[in-house]
Amino acid sequence: MRIACPFCGPRGSEEYTYLGDATVRRPEGDAPSEAWFAYVYLRDNPAGRHRELWYHGAGCRSWLVVERDMRSHDILSVAPARDMALARGRAA
Amino acid sequence: MSAPAMILPRQAVATSAAGPAPAQPFRLAAGGLVDRTATLDFTFDGRRYTGHPGDTLASALLANGVRLVGRSFKYHRPRGILSSGPEEPNALVELRSGARREPNTRATMAELFAGLEARSQNRWPSLRFDLMGVNQLVAPILAAGFYYKTFMWPAAFWETVYEPLIRRAAGLGRAAGEPDPDHYEKATLHCDVLVTGAGPAGLMAALAAARAGARVVLCEEDVRLGGRLLAERRTLDGLPAPDWLRGVEAELRAMPDCRILTRTTVFGAFDGACGAVERVSDHLATPPEFQPRQRLWRIVAGRQVLAAGSIERPLVFGGNDRPGIMLAGAVRSYLNRFGVAAGRRAVVFTNNDDAACTVADLAAAGVAVAALVDMRREVSPEIRRIAEAAGASLLTDAAVTRVRGRTALRGVEVTDGAGRRHALDCDLLAMSGGWSPSLHLASHHGGKAAWNEARATFLPPEQLPPGMAVAGAANGDLLLAECLAAGARAGAAAAQATGFRPAPPATPSVDGESTASAPFWWVRGGRGKAFVDFQNDVGVEDVALANREGFRSVEHLKRYTTLGMATDQGKTSNANGVALLAELSGRTIAGTGTTTFRPPYTPVAIGALAGHHRGKAFRPVRRTPTHDWAAEQGAVFVEAGPWLRAQYFPRPGESDWLETVTREARTVREAVGLCDVTTLGKIDIQGPDAATFLERVYINTWKALPVGRARYGVMLREDGMVMDDGTTARLAEDRFVMTTTTVNAVRVSQHLEFCHQWLWPELDVQMISVTEQWAQIAVAGPRSRAVLERVVDAPFDIGNDAFPHMACAALTVCGGIKARLFRLSFSGEMAYEIAVPARFGDALARRLMEAGAPFGITPYGTEALGVLRIEKGHVAGNELTGQTTAADLGLGRMMSRKKDFIGRAMAQRPGLTDPARPVLVGLRPVDRAARLRGGAHLLPRGAESTAAHDQGYLTSVAFSPALGHWIGLGLLVRGRERMGEIVRAHDPVRGGDLEVEVVPPVFVDPEGARLHV
Repeated sequence: MRIACPFCGPRGSEEYTYLGDATVRRPEGDAPSEAWFAYVYLRDNPAGRHRELWYHGAGCRSWLVVERDMRSHDILSVAPARDMALARGRAA
Repeated sequence: MSAPAMILPRQAVATSAAGPAPAQPFRLAAGGLVDRTATLDFTFDGRRYTGHPGDTLASALLANGVRLVGRSFKYHRPRGILSSGPEEPNALVELRSGARREPNTRATMAELFAGLEARSQNRWPSLRFDLMGVNQLVAPILAAGFYYKTFMWPAAFWETVYEPLIRRAAGLGRAAGEPDPDHYEKATLHCDVLVTGAGPAGLMAALAAARAGARVVLCEEDVRLGGRLLAERRTLDGLPAPDWLRGVEAELRAMPDCRILTRTTVFGAFDGACGAVERVSDHLATPPEFQPRQRLWRIVAGRQVLAAGSIERPLVFGGNDRPGIMLAGAVRSYLNRFGVAAGRRAVVFTNNDDAACTVADLAAAGVAVAALVDMRREVSPEIRRIAEAAGASLLTDAAVTRVRGRTALRGVEVTDGAGRRHALDCDLLAMSGGWSPSLHLASHHGGKAAWNEARATFLPPEQLPPGMAVAGAANGDLLLAECLAAGARAGAAAAQATGFRPAPPATPSVDGESTASAPFWWVRGGRGKAFVDFQNDVGVEDVALANREGFRSVEHLKRYTTLGMATDQGKTSNANGVALLAELSGRTIAGTGTTTFRPPYTPVAIGALAGHHRGKAFRPVRRTPTHDWAAEQGAVFVEAGPWLRAQYFPRPGESDWLETVTREARTVREAVGLCDVTTLGKIDIQGPDAATFLERVYINTWKALPVGRARYGVMLREDGMVMDDGTTARLAEDRFVMTTTTVNAVRVSQHLEFCHQWLWPELDVQMISVTEQWAQIAVAGPRSRAVLERVVDAPFDIGNDAFPHMACAALTVCGGIKARLFRLSFSGEMAYEIAVPARFGDALARRLMEAGAPFGITPYGTEALGVLRIEKGHVAGNELTGQTTAADLGLGRMMSRKKDFIGRAMAQRPGLTDPARPVLVGLRPVDRAARLRGGAHLLPRGAESTAAHDQGYLTSVAFSPALGHWIGLGLLVRGRERMGEIVRAHDPVRGGDLEVEVVPPVFVDPEGARLHV
């Protein structure tokens, strides 16, 4: 599988480390334990498009949000996680 | 039974091993693409033969009249050569000898070279006389599912009796059993258009794409370009096929952006890339110097054209596995490409028009054709004319119902539609059940091949791998004109899709042909076992049995009967097996479906997949800056994470590692020692928000840490378990250098980046690993200051008042070398860590040894480091298991209540705050002379030694030089409440069971007085 890093260009997946679901949000410190449990343990596994976090450890050390079709491994979009996190912060 | 006059008497080809190699009695006087000016000697089962450059092992064996080349997998039936390509199920041989011995090689794919040694497989004592042939007599009990039914009970017999028995009786070749002496390498290719297969469709695709300017990679598994054109007598643009091919190859080779890889099999279509293996040196006795045996390619292509051709189907009839029964297309290949007649007198048996070419080609080569046996009631006038011209009787609505001969075919009996029987003498039966597209790669992304009733074959799935198009015979186009046109179209489309503007392709004109076919594959009522899958010895009865027993899904059929398994993966058997199952179960073939094709298309050597990553090169070794110096000191090294570290430094006269380690640890406590600690992760963290950032990743507080001081920190995972620990020093208001454990350095760095980039992008902080930029050496012991005073440049004061425990500073050493000094201690002694740019690490170690000589300095390794930290109760990797909390390790009070940090919420879960959790304690043997063993489980006294009474285990043990006996750290249920209690350290693996006393984990200097001198 090849992922197009926004900084380094298309690279083989072996340069990256997979973390998982990019749709979960870290709760506030005083959130109820159910929220923390969901954040740490509960993950959806959709058959279709999914947003996930990948780390370009053998490249530019960027965390990336990769939108991938779980059925075909098609990569639909790649964006720097930091940009998305900042945009999320502005939206909140 | 007498041999027909046309058959070469057996003794004519038999020569002694010592005698001269015989002529090649089945080589035609002229023709073919072999170089008759040169002769190559080779041996098969120790007997000498000759062939020519351009031969495969199969063509050379046939040229020498060798028909019997192997024994079948289960029944040890005699088998010959079936095909002329990668689909070969029977002619599997061992090549070469010694460490290069290579089992299960298809003789049809092995290029002949001078001195090639080949041996038949799966026979004993000899190929012609195989005792295991008795398996045929018990064939009824060796039917499908035999293993599952017979070897069920008793279970204990499986490993000791059944498996060795089966392995001896059934099987293929033998692996070399010695390390492979050759090299394999890996490489990556990028291109616009990848074309797989250089037959007519592939060549046209490559031409069309390359002419448009696309970067083209053309992969051909054969040594020559041409595919089926090499095997047929065809005319293109008025030229004989070999001449036309020469022109095309010349044009492709002249184009700078077209790369042709021959001897290269594209074996898999993966996500974003194809895998291919190039057999760089398989056609040579040994690889040339500096050349690999094979090269594994990863090919990244914008578009790809699959033009892998097609594979001929055998017909299923009783005795269809006799040596001398061959695919009709293979017979043409041996005639036209290799100049070899596969027999002297042939019968051709078919359900299609294509096999008539075999009649014509055999006749043209002077081989007698006794009959053309066609399963169809009606055949075209053209077929009748071909048979007549060849002098072959034409038998329609007819089938071969019996074969004669045991290790070689001697004749067949044909029954026609009227029930008349015709006995025909022959030593060659060319059979054709039509052609199946080689669509395997088209299915590698999960798309299922679809049955096409009109063409009576499976065609590539609609859902192809992204960017792939299929052209030519691989797509079910069997006419040459169709293949050429489809290839050109696909190549042009691929070029267009990658941004080029192809001209409308011109396709060559060709001579006439016909491929009309009728779907008959199975002859009912014949004599003898009728095989569907030759390689796995699966016959019609096995498929019928599977059907009767309810294994009617093709996937179940495959697992139950092994049809379509092993090295050929059903290339010749899949379509026939599915058709047969459909008929037996009363379904359509479309409704029955086919099994899933998965990579690899043909077997790939593990060596090729491993490449250079084997032995010591399995992964790179990272050496510390002081490695060479340590090696000079006689250090024994140990792997620590990705690093190689000095484990201990034995001195002459020391009898074992324990004596050495004890001496090293004692020297640190009594004088001074030095240890390379470069491998600990170092992360430089800078920015106005650096302290805030540390507050969030560590459990303890950082904002109040003064510049010039370091602090021990613990970080958790978000689930509340300890992730890592280490000291972090504040070099400036906005600058810290964090240390991690050796093993977790990369993981912590990744974690910090995650926290910054994803969780708290608003923090103004940056970080980078500087582990390899700084060499860091610990100097520990009561004399450490005295040593360092001789190294640190004046006027820097390292006295206890100016530079107390946990101080840090930037300074210079050894007359101007930039350095950092930290007063840190892992050993519990007064100690320093001194960091210099990595290139000075070796010199610093030597300088420190010199400076420390008057004080009795010793280098110490990871073992003594471990002893010293166990004596002090410091946790390390053995305790940071990912299942321990900060509280478990006695670090709970470090957890700040005033801030949020990673893992804080989950660390408060009831399960993690349960007072009954195992916690860190010290343990010492009641009998002080006894030795503790790491991993021993802790049980209450008097309790039964069962898992139900397990209360923890010893995580770390050491012989303490300071105390003179063994000590240990362990995790014990409610351990802190049990000081002074005697428990058992039970070690069922090594057989120990001794009483140990629970004590505080700090054995030496619990007040820490030695740190502050």
